[in-house]
Amino acid sequence: MTGAGQEPWPEADPVNDLAGFRPALTGGVTARFGAGQASIVRSLVGQIIELVTAEEAPERSAPAPDDLAAQLGLSDNAELPADPILARLLPDAYADDPDAAAEFRRYTEIGLRSGKVAAAQTVLDTLPADGGKVKLKTEDAQAWLRALNDVRLSLGVVLGVTDDFDDQLEDLSADDPRAAYIGVYQWLGYLQESLVEALE
Amino acid sequence: MSVAPAEVQQAGTDEDAVLDSPWVTIVWNDPVNLMTYVTYVFQTVFGYAKPRAEKLMLDVHHKGKAVVSSGAREAMERDAETLHGYGLWATVSHDS
Repeated sequence: MTGAGQEPWPEADPVNDLAGFRPALTGGVTARFGAGQASIVRSLVGQIIELVTAEEAPERSAPAPDDLAAQLGLSDNAELPADPILARLLPDAYADDPDAAAEFRRYTEIGLRSGKVAAAQTVLDTLPADGGKVKLKTEDAQAWLRALNDVRLSLGVVLGVTDDFDDQLEDLSADDPRAAYIGVYQWLGYLQESLVEALE
Repeated sequence: MSVAPAEVQQAGTDEDAVLDSPWVTIVWNDPVNLMTYVTYVFQTVFGYAKPRAEKLMLDVHHKGKAVVSSGAREAMERDAETLHGYGLWATVSHDS
């Protein structure tokens, strides 16, 4: 685990106060997003939706008996996804029992995927494309937490985040291709942390 | 798994279920999840008071993993499924 994102995203809109989320006077939480920030968040949660829906094709196009299985929430897929990001978002539930892990996945993966899509969709539905004020009731704020976490988990895989990641950053050269994403990753950590604190 | 007949299991209390089938849900450390978020998830999912949730979070952080709930296998699988929804790395294990 890691502590808070220490620094705000350095390329944030100058008009934005970077205060993150705070409790709203009338209940729930509120934050103000710059247009660039809104664009980034919407793009990233949109990519989560694409990622977790893309590999559902097999059971959707399957013949009738499997359609019934899909309606019951059963998946033909019992394997840990080959994509390392998907593997992190949809992990095995049994560490040392492949058969139990496969059975668990068959019964839960469709629901897990649809829950992640729903959380990401909540972000898209409540964050204006050109930024501005966001006000969330608690239920939607929790969906935001899950969606932001899925984005951070995905970026963590892409960036190769490890426990000593902060130390690695000090040695990162300016032309490292990961540099552009690291600021976003840290800013999202800051944003998520502010949301947790606003909900407490 | 318990070898007790189903009707006997159903007649048991929750405490019996814990004693008869010591399944556990384990959460593993990972470098991305925020400590405050993990604490919040334990409070939200399990209804744990903040001190207990924080202690579990610190156990995960320092020891690499922690048992966060125990009971019947089906209940542990529901817990793991819920925790996966929050992006925590959770597994189910027998008598860990």
